[in-house]
Amino acid sequence: MQITVTVNDQPYTREVEPRLLLVHFLRDELGLTGTHWGCDTSNCGACVVQIDAVPVKSCTMLAVMADGHHVTTVEGLEKNGELDPVQKGFTECHGLQCGFCTPGMMLTARWLLDNNPDPDESEIREAISGQLCRCTGYENIVRSVRWAAEHTCTPEVSA
Amino acid sequence: MQVPARFEYEKATSVPHALALLERYGPDARVVAGGHSLIPMMKLRLAQPEALIDINDLRELAHLRVEGGELAVGALVRHAELLASPLVAEHFAILIDAERVIADPVVRNRGTVGGSLCQADPSEDLAAAFAALKADAVVTGPGGSRTVPLRGFHQGPYETVVEPGELLAELRVPVRHGAGSAYEKVERRVGDWPVAAAGALILIEDGLITEAGIGLTAVSAPGFTAPEAEDYLIGREPVDAVFAEAGRRAAAVCNPHADQRGPADYKRHLAGELTRRALRKAARRAAED
Repeated sequence: MQITVTVNDQPYTREVEPRLLLVHFLRDELGLTGTHWGCDTSNCGACVVQIDAVPVKSCTMLAVMADGHHVTTVEGLEKNGELDPVQKGFTECHGLQCGFCTPGMMLTARWLLDNNPDPDESEIREAISGQLCRCTGYENIVRSVRWAAEHTCTPEVSA
Repeated sequence: MQVPARFEYEKATSVPHALALLERYGPDARVVAGGHSLIPMMKLRLAQPEALIDINDLRELAHLRVEGGELAVGALVRHAELLASPLVAEHFAILIDAERVIADPVVRNRGTVGGSLCQADPSEDLAAAFAALKADAVVTGPGGSRTVPLRGFHQGPYETVVEPGELLAELRVPVRHGAGSAYEKVERRVGDWPVAAAGALILIEDGLITEAGIGLTAVSAPGFTAPEAEDYLIGREPVDAVFAEAGRRAAAVCNPHADQRGPADYKRHLAGELTRRALRKAARRAAED
């Protein structure tokens, strides 16, 4: 069936089978391989993307369910050539080693900060509790999100 | 790579449209909302529906409000919405306790209350929480709506009273002023299914218990509840010895199975102990109310 999904502000119309999972639509149909495909069982969170600004696990959602909706992937975090503060935080605080969990972690972090701009450590840990990282022990991911919280300022305030 | 078998897909635009689609596709059609139980089962080919009826656009099933002395929870309310609701927090602490330990925040953004109950997993947390609250389920079909006590909603593992052609529309829970409620769960790790869990509702008037509700999950309690333990509580003082005895009686109706989450004796022990703790916490909350 034909669907139109807006991904990172760009509409894409494709003919897809109803059984196509959103993660494969993004990676294989649109070539957006920043969204990682991990456990396939909604446990690991590597495939997290935002649907209408809310993080979901794209291995457990059909592409047809995203018809008419807005999807944000890691490729859409950067705005006008400027990395999102979350991306800068992961860079500054060494928030990744292998990087497999990173796109999903950053999209959940962006959602957390949009709804709670000054989260404490336990709130960050709770927000990412459905996502697995086997490298960092989470310490540097938590620091990265805190860094983003502390460096998300309006230009007036930072000037 | 896990891929579901082929199926037809229809997006319902209203409840009557969803019912018409269910009638057209017959008993091999399944309703899908969050899909966080059904889609994994379809990937493993444990479920192979011929058609999926997507109800995610049915805003008329996404309500969460108090009306006529009852909390009405639409079947399409997401776990995250129930957890974030000030209305639910005010009247039903048990639902907040339970939602905090269901899966993880990202799964809760998508999974729905109705989907969890219709999946009818024998370890479902919300089945125990709503059983403790003595909720009713409103089931809609071609002939209109019918109301079923939640304690009779589940017919067995993965089986409910919802017939082919019908749809769970909402849950209704009486608001009991002055009541306290709580949910206690033991899980192996964050977000896991319970090893065992218990929910409790308690109303205390003039120092005596006048109403009690107990919900149990993952321990094969018939109807996810323990009526004999509830009856025992009525007219007694809300003290720990009474709660401990109610816990013993609740554990006695359980028939847990040994599995990777633990041996049967341990689960039965948990059923009693968690019932006691949930009652104690519910009573404390009732006193604070």
